Amino acid sequence: MTQLHISSSPHIHTKKTTTSIMLDVIIALLPATIAGFLIFGLKALSVVMMCIAVCVLSEFIFNKIVKKEDTTSDLSAVVTGLLLGLNLPADTPLWQAAVGSIFAIVVVKSIFGGIGCNLVNPAITARVFMLIAFTSLAKPSFPVDSVATATPLVDLSAGKNPDLLELFLGNVGGAIGETSKLALLIGGIYLICRKVISPVMPLSYIGTVFVFTFLVKDFSLTAALYQILSGGLFIGAFFMATDYVTSPATDKGRLIFGIGAGVITVLIRLWGAYPEGVSFAILFMNILNPYVNVWSRRRLFGRDR
Amino acid sequence: MGRFLKGVRLPHRKNTAGSVAVKMTVPESVIIPTKMHIGAPAIPTVKKGDYVKVGSLIADADNGLSVSVYSSVSGTVDEITELLMSDGTTAPAIRIKSDGQQTVSEDITVPVVGDKVELVKAIKESGLVGLGGAGFPTYAKFSMDRKIDDLIINGAECEPYITSDSLIMTEFANDILYAIETLIKYFDIENVVIGIENNKQAAIEILKNVTSSNEKININVLPSIYPQGGEKVLIYHTTGKVVPEGKLPIDVGCVVLNSSTTAFIGKYLKTGMPLVEKTVTVDGGAVKEPKNVIAPIGTTLHDLFEFTGGFKSEPAKVLYGGPMMGISVPDLSFPVIKNTNAILAFNEAETVIPKTTACIRCGACINVCPFGIDPPAIARGLKNEDMDAMIEAGATLCMECGCCSYVCPTSRPLVANNRLAKQALREHAKKEKEGK
Repeated sequence: MTQLHISSSPHIHTKKTTTSIMLDVIIALLPATIAGFLIFGLKALSVVMMCIAVCVLSEFIFNKIVKKEDTTSDLSAVVTGLLLGLNLPADTPLWQAAVGSIFAIVVVKSIFGGIGCNLVNPAITARVFMLIAFTSLAKPSFPVDSVATATPLVDLSAGKNPDLLELFLGNVGGAIGETSKLALLIGGIYLICRKVISPVMPLSYIGTVFVFTFLVKDFSLTAALYQILSGGLFIGAFFMATDYVTSPATDKGRLIFGIGAGVITVLIRLWGAYPEGVSFAILFMNILNPYVNVWSRRRLFGRDR
Repeated sequence: MGRFLKGVRLPHRKNTAGSVAVKMTVPESVIIPTKMHIGAPAIPTVKKGDYVKVGSLIADADNGLSVSVYSSVSGTVDEITELLMSDGTTAPAIRIKSDGQQTVSEDITVPVVGDKVELVKAIKESGLVGLGGAGFPTYAKFSMDRKIDDLIINGAECEPYITSDSLIMTEFANDILYAIETLIKYFDIENVVIGIENNKQAAIEILKNVTSSNEKININVLPSIYPQGGEKVLIYHTTGKVVPEGKLPIDVGCVVLNSSTTAFIGKYLKTGMPLVEKTVTVDGGAVKEPKNVIAPIGTTLHDLFEFTGGFKSEPAKVLYGGPMMGISVPDLSFPVIKNTNAILAFNEAETVIPKTTACIRCGACINVCPFGIDPPAIARGLKNEDMDAMIEAGATLCMECGCCSYVCPTSRPLVANNRLAKQALREHAKKEKEGK
């Protein structure tokens, strides 16, 4: 008989792996990607593809240079590229998309030690970096057959009210993957059903934005609805704030994170100078995350504290 | 804290459920260790060449925490040797060559029990240890000063594959009832709960029928969530009581007995036959005929597998116990001991554990832990030799149930780390003590 294997218990294991989780996130982002293509056309698809390709390539080359094992097969670089692409306007020059992707992977992720070690979300941070570095990002793209000249959020500031249904379906201006709330909701529900993300984060985040807006906007239900259906809140709450590495490990922590991000988002949107409420809010909460994790530790069974 | 502690839903794989136990043909020889329990090894009372019968005393309980060992076969003592046990320690073991007759010792008499002291004495003399878990001597649970408020019978059997407890619950429900009623009588127990996972309907029905006349006995049907049978978990789920860290169940007035342990007490009180055989679930992808086997204690795994038709494919891993907490052994020379409830042989495909990759901080391990332990924080504490960090993260609470490692998508050795952390903390505490 051949040598028997000796190993520490347990001897059975879940089928879930990093790769399977990332694959679920990619599947969940497909509706939003397709919606982005339908709304903004082929150029949207090329921006997304560029981001994915450059992200994967950057990670591959970086690991080669520093002589680390190749990690591209875990698909996390694909997710970063996809998310970054979906967060950019369809008119983003492809070279800028490439620079942003390199920044996301090399500066935000790999230098800190690769997957699991980054302090902030690579896609969000790259988007913020690009916003500051390239003026083109300040000008959002508009649907191919639209006459609109401003995003819903800009319209809102100007006192105009876009159609709620249009907002929900996504036939409005904005980044490629952020406009169709319907598509994002489908993806988000998929992730919750697959137990990849906890519903606490999106619920507390979107809920806080809703309630906070409702309170400061003279109890206007419509104002609150417009606010949650505009901009990058859905993609942020379902796909970016839920990034494992940069968000809390427990539901208690996710509640704190979601409420914090919600408050900051509304503050920036209503009183800030940048149209970047969600990105800045999540980035700020990412930085605060190590503390949130300490504040939200689970109670130990049978230990008095 | 909610009604139920966290845990995982595992594949049940109870392939042998509903089958009857098959009594094994007597092996040519058995090797019976003198330490099949927590505490001091028993002291051999036989020497090479002695003739022993089934139920003959072959090793007497040491002073302190220890229980006696009896022969499981009739035959001649072949040798007394040091045996490496599955937990890595060594202890003297007695090898007996069977004469195949299974002649029963004339020393076997039905114990006379008239009070509490005699009952505990009888339980001690039966050689009984906890049959489902770590092998804690059963008599010791009833030798504490504190009054027993709740007696909890553990019929959870939450590990995949294992069905020996359910089988005993269905076949020997009357023995379980007899043991419980005797314990109620002498220990004046007010509340008895039998906790059973809801995937054992047959056992639930039979025990409900058998115990219906006694209002002190309640059947508590629990969800099949691992580790339902963990002692502190079961106590919380059946009584709502929290056993404080570092304390014993008796400190909150509870005693937990495994269902097979309970059935044995009943049987012993009726017959006086000490613990010499064990119902063991033999299963796993490499086993030809998975079944529950009533095996003489000391039967080698080799003989056991021989009895179940050998292997249908080359075994790649052999386990004592279930796949979540079982111990893997290097070869088949190890014997079935008192607390063996299952022997599993996995084939190559079942043995593969995915490669360890970088932690993605998903929090699955933290959220699944029944006790709220933070395994990654323990691992960091271990790496930095930070004792306080390990304690703060809950290392000392870990029961090694394996949920954290099971759910980890990056296959990190979290339970192994927790074990190392507990060891480091023990050594540190020892050093502190010596330093003072």
